[in-house]
Amino acid sequence: MTMAPKREAYDVVVIGAGPAGLAAAATSAEAGLSTLLLDENIGPGGQVFRAIASTPVTERAQLGADYWMGADLVQALRASSAEVIQRATVWSLDRNLEIGVSIGSASAFARARRVILATGALERPFPIPGWTLPGVMTAGAAQTMLKSSGLVPDGRTVIAGQGPLLWLLAAQILRLGGRIDHILDTTERGNYFAALPHALAFLTSPYFAKGLSMMREVRAKVQVISGVTELAAAGDGQLASVSYVAGGKRETIPADLLLLHQGVVPNVNLAMAAGVEHRWDELQLCWSPVLDASGTSSVAGIAIAGDGAGIGGATAAVVRGRIAARAAVEALAPAAAAKLAPMATLRTDLAKAERGRAFLDTLFRPAKQFRIPAGDTIVCRCEEVTAKDILDAVAIGATGPNQLKAYRRTGMGPCQGRLCGLTVTELMAQARAKSPQEIGYYRLRAPVKPITLAELAAVPKSEDDVKAVVRG
Amino acid sequence: MSGEYDVAVVGGGLLGSAIAWGLGRLGKSVAVLDEGDITKRASRANFALVWVQSKGLGMPAYTVWTVRASEAWSRLASELKQQTGLDVSLQQNGGFHLTLGEDEFGQRTELVKRMHNQAGAADYRMEMLPASEVKKALPLIGPEVSGGSYCPLDGHVNSLRTFRAFHTGFKVFGIDYFPERPVSAITKSGGEFRLTTPKGELRAAKVVLAAGNANQTLAPMVGLYAPMGPTRGQIVVTERTMPFLPHPLTTIRQTDEGTVMIGDSKEDEVDDRTLKHSISAVMADRAQRMFPHLARLNVVRSWAGIRVMPQDGFPIYDQSETHPGAFVACCHSGVTLASNHAFEIARMVAQGALEPELVGAFSASRFGGSGAANNSGY
Amino acid sequence: MFKRSELDKRPQVEIFVDGVAVAARQGDTVSAALLASGRDVRRSTAVSGAPRLPYCMMGVCFDCLVTIDGVGNRQGCLVPVAEGMQIEIQKGKREIGK
Repeated sequence: MTMAPKREAYDVVVIGAGPAGLAAAATSAEAGLSTLLLDENIGPGGQVFRAIASTPVTERAQLGADYWMGADLVQALRASSAEVIQRATVWSLDRNLEIGVSIGSASAFARARRVILATGALERPFPIPGWTLPGVMTAGAAQTMLKSSGLVPDGRTVIAGQGPLLWLLAAQILRLGGRIDHILDTTERGNYFAALPHALAFLTSPYFAKGLSMMREVRAKVQVISGVTELAAAGDGQLASVSYVAGGKRETIPADLLLLHQGVVPNVNLAMAAGVEHRWDELQLCWSPVLDASGTSSVAGIAIAGDGAGIGGATAAVVRGRIAARAAVEALAPAAAAKLAPMATLRTDLAKAERGRAFLDTLFRPAKQFRIPAGDTIVCRCEEVTAKDILDAVAIGATGPNQLKAYRRTGMGPCQGRLCGLTVTELMAQARAKSPQEIGYYRLRAPVKPITLAELAAVPKSEDDVKAVVRG
Repeated sequence: MSGEYDVAVVGGGLLGSAIAWGLGRLGKSVAVLDEGDITKRASRANFALVWVQSKGLGMPAYTVWTVRASEAWSRLASELKQQTGLDVSLQQNGGFHLTLGEDEFGQRTELVKRMHNQAGAADYRMEMLPASEVKKALPLIGPEVSGGSYCPLDGHVNSLRTFRAFHTGFKVFGIDYFPERPVSAITKSGGEFRLTTPKGELRAAKVVLAAGNANQTLAPMVGLYAPMGPTRGQIVVTERTMPFLPHPLTTIRQTDEGTVMIGDSKEDEVDDRTLKHSISAVMADRAQRMFPHLARLNVVRSWAGIRVMPQDGFPIYDQSETHPGAFVACCHSGVTLASNHAFEIARMVAQGALEPELVGAFSASRFGGSGAANNSGY
Repeated sequence: MFKRSELDKRPQVEIFVDGVAVAARQGDTVSAALLASGRDVRRSTAVSGAPRLPYCMMGVCFDCLVTIDGVGNRQGCLVPVAEGMQIEIQKGKREIGK
């Protein structure tokens, strides 16, 4: 069932089969370039179109039209000549565009003339007290279970946070007969005013009407508490209650399941390990790669498309995937580019898809207290390091995340900083009165996902490699 | 950062930190000048052995110095624990170097013989053991292990926690640690040293250069000489597992946290941002042949580090004749020798002179005339 | 905590959790099947032994680590269930033989 790439070298290797990756691979293959698409999941779709080819939720209205757009992308990909490998975990990418990929517990290497990273986004860490308790999950996790297995919450359920995904998830859970007791909306009141200058673009964007009707649908069935300024989960070895402060009043509600969400951020690990330059994005409060208009990064031959290039949403991701693929075609087989949609058309599509984004970014900019925790709240889930531990390390001289690692092991667990990196950067920036850009990020290296020692041992080696290790 | 210190230590890694901590312990006022978050730091990349066996071939004094360090380590660990509450997990129950196949066993046997024949080498009871004997101490070895050398003085420590303990101890001793201040120039005037950093000048009566391979460029500023020959080493580390390895090995050790570290390569390369997987593969392959159970463990991280390495592989401790009060210290084994740095070198710096009977052999004068500003052998 | 949609018509797959038979559905990930089982499937961490359940379900948080068919520390959220699969809830650090 699992198989290694058929060739040693490809014109284009696309990593990630979400909206951007599906579009990029189909576009590249359509132009006749040898194309390989590698994806970690069981089936194509990424997170937004999760389980698009296998979902048991076949009643189209339940997941919504935006979801089923993914089926067309998968169909286009399957109609193309692109080679697709699922359950393929890319663990290494270097400046020579050599890709190390683990498939069925064996590693293979493939070379590419162009690499398009479409590794998407992950949910922003939401480090509140008790967020490691069993029963606390991300909203995205619940949505994944809903799409791929038709599972919906049935205990006392609280959804907390902010952003479009939160409302979409709530609507989907309700449509499938799931239970939601409360929604705790953490959107900062001040953000409504800050977002006003971007309101016109938003009102005329597709987000507006859809968002409004979804919120109406949810509000009709669930008690929504707005203006939540504090949030904590509690329980003894299992979530038992959620407490919050709204309008200056503290409340505690019993809960079996707490779903957290405060937006998504680029999944930077593979790109950073490949040496791609990233900058701190002050609006989106995350690291974004430095890219040109076609998604080309600071490493020659590597482009980034989709939310990994900066959060833009699924529609924009599709267009960015096409743009990156078209740029690859223009570089490798200029004549074939004529078959594809012109770059000017794609750029117009992108501008349209990105309309309203600034409004959303400003309105749903997460509040400081939900990004920068204090005291005993865990920051690094893997190594169980608290905010106080990190401040103690700053006090003895840690200037950035890498020195912090040496002192406290933050980011040294299996998740490799994915769930603590942003928090660490912002927490240290605040403690040292520096900008996140000045503080920097973990220096990441392969393997970006764990591989077995046996798998690493099986990598081809030369006499010189042996000599570099075996000595006296 | 104005003011005057008894001693400015240039370099806040394990070596500089040990000396600075030792000086603080003696009541000296100390400033440590260090680089920032991203720089070549052997202190963050090392393998954390407190290691004696096979050290000092070609320089018996190094063997003696290493044995002394090994013996003093438990005192260092207990003083750090007492001062900071941090347990650096020192374990000194003997260590192995395993060999795969008969050729390697033969080569190692030769090395052990040469070590023993070396005049002046301390007797540290390094011995060759056949596989059957190794298996008694390390029951999980695989069939390809032909045997190995064993030394009862060998051990290991949590080097990152040691690093943190030194820096935590700085606070207690009132040592000023100044990160993000690489030193670009050192001058001496009016009986004191002036050190230039991007964030201003610092003055001190004495200066200790402990900046790793950067000592090569700093040393001549104060009439010293530190020829370096850095190499690159790669290490891979696994997820945490239940304890299975009761002794450290030259190339495999299980940390107190449970992770398994597998080292290491030696490459003529000084870029620590990239990795060669084919070299990690050799390390991984040898590790799983030594302990077949390791094969299924997940590798969670790997890295390359640049070794601090004096050109002939032996430590350099020296003092300046032209700039009295200036010292240089660099060595590969910043973990093993940390106790000597904290207790002995710090004491000598505080006194104002290195002691020839202890460290005379480590003067840079051994490199001959090429740039050596002094030939005192103190 | 979670229940299955009535519309879910996927065929059943039998897996074993700590030796007990559990009905999963074809296409479930191990983590989804465990969460749907209604059983106490909390693992405990390798650092402090604190109890955890899956957090992200998308392969990034490593809180779904589980022993699958004798191999420890697998990401349950990335592995589809298969008939007869043996799952063990992991307590603390992985054992080297697993």
